[in-house]
Amino acid sequence: MSEKKTERREFLFTASYAVGAVGVGAVIWPLVDQMNPDASVKALASTEVDVSSVELGKAITVLWRGKPVFIKRRTPEEIVEARAVKMEDLKDPQKDEDRAKDPEWLVMLGVCTHLGCVPLNDKGDYNGWFCPCHGSHYDTSGRIRKGPAPTNMEIPKYEFVNSNTIIIG
Amino acid sequence: MSDHEYVPKSKFGKWFNDRLPLLSLGNHLADYPTPKNLNYWWTFGGILTFCLIIQIVTGLTLAMHYIAHADFAFESVEHIMRDVNYGWLIRYIHSNGASMFFLAVYIHIFRSLFYGSYKSPREIIWIIGIIIYLLMMAAAFMGYVLPWGQMSFWGATVITNLFSAIPFVGEGIVQWLWGGYSVGNPTLTRFFTLHYLIPFLILGLVALHIWALHVPGNNNPIGIDVKKPSRDTVPFHPYIVIKDGFALLMFMIVFAFFVFYSPNILGHADNYIEANPMVTPAHIVPEWYLLPFYAILRSIPDKLMGVVAMLSAILILAALPWLDTSKIRSAVFRPLYKQFYWILVADVIILGYVGAMPAEGLYLLIARVTTAYYFIHFLMILPILGFKEKTLPVPLSITEPVLGSHPNQSTVKKKENLN
Repeated sequence: MSEKKTERREFLFTASYAVGAVGVGAVIWPLVDQMNPDASVKALASTEVDVSSVELGKAITVLWRGKPVFIKRRTPEEIVEARAVKMEDLKDPQKDEDRAKDPEWLVMLGVCTHLGCVPLNDKGDYNGWFCPCHGSHYDTSGRIRKGPAPTNMEIPKYEFVNSNTIIIG
Repeated sequence: MSDHEYVPKSKFGKWFNDRLPLLSLGNHLADYPTPKNLNYWWTFGGILTFCLIIQIVTGLTLAMHYIAHADFAFESVEHIMRDVNYGWLIRYIHSNGASMFFLAVYIHIFRSLFYGSYKSPREIIWIIGIIIYLLMMAAAFMGYVLPWGQMSFWGATVITNLFSAIPFVGEGIVQWLWGGYSVGNPTLTRFFTLHYLIPFLILGLVALHIWALHVPGNNNPIGIDVKKPSRDTVPFHPYIVIKDGFALLMFMIVFAFFVFYSPNILGHADNYIEANPMVTPAHIVPEWYLLPFYAILRSIPDKLMGVVAMLSAILILAALPWLDTSKIRSAVFRPLYKQFYWILVADVIILGYVGAMPAEGLYLLIARVTTAYYFIHFLMILPILGFKEKTLPVPLSITEPVLGSHPNQSTVKKKENLN
């Protein structure tokens, strides 16, 4: 009889704690989630870029989601250099063919994967990019070769609408 | 408060105090028995309280004119500098005040390290202090973002990206911090909110810091337990009040020198260029007071481990009361510790220097050696030293070496060494 009562009481305690925890979580979640990217930020998720004026060997930088995107029209030498690299020399192995659909055009986030600075074009030990903040060197495919950055510069989702226009995002 | 029975003189005072014992509290603070041998290194607690109040008052007035919006923040700061009556003065006091605050807190922390103030029974005071220090760094960092200059923007980018080092959830956390896909307006508005909040959190913690201090009472230069009240103590008022006041005046002269004669020397010229997400300044450096930790971050060639090392360098301080195994508090009686202490001071200064230099070549090598030594000091030297070191004899009381009727040979000898 008394054992049964204790069981009932324990059940009630557990149930109350569980309901309480769910309630606290339900109250806290909106307060936490309000800090995530809002609807107006998410709405700006794609950008259209006209690349007709970019000359061979030059790069332009456009803003997408508040971040710079490098659009580089690579010279044949740069493409050869990027494709000749052995996979075992790479910290984050990735083929150039997988990074540039059209070998002449390299489209990537101009954000160093270390701590988010904007690397400088045509600098560094690998003729690609160099990040001035903490000294990361990238090659002509935007792959990390030397320095503290853990991964290659990211390739965003993009598409050639026609030969002159790219949609990023 | 319960040290002794206090009865207000006036009838109204008595009536009020029976209902809310504020006058008892005031009496407790004024009469508080303080070791009579406190030197000027002990005046920085009062100086820090002053700094906090200055930052709150100037911050409140700046907030009346500042606009927390990515399109207007930079302009509104220039508006404060040029148009607002005495805006230049208030802003220079606030921005240099942050540096003065850190100058004072570093002296305060190193005072504790030298005299062993973090040791039993003062561990909680010490840990509250470390939390205050962490909050100060958060407040300073977010405050530096508010003018929305190039250093603001890229400093914010680099520091928030530290969180992206966390495996799996890092990227999500960073976007949550930003409220977007990069540092932008949502980041600015929340940093402003938090920058406004933190000083009041610090104020609350300062009250706890002092409350916890008043349980065992002050440590002192010879680091022995003092009976209070006794021949070894003097009342806080007027003795310590005057001493603190004099030190504060000296400190204010230094403060005023920066505000009036070189208000921008501790800042970076790049921050007078408006934030531009397309261009990173050639050389990003944090404010001087964060440089040693920045050097530790950069000295490790791995992203996650760099962040871990930097945070550990701060958090290791919280474990200090248990890492230091010596029963003797003051370095005055620890000949070996005293030497290691000064090596640590030099180590931190060198870290700060290489933190301001480019992370390459010799600078990088020095940063690595000094980073390693920093951790060796806390994790190896301190624990071992407590067992190995031959300490000097400690006097029985503060008064003994001066007035003791039976001169104790060992303490007399020690006194000579001190002079």
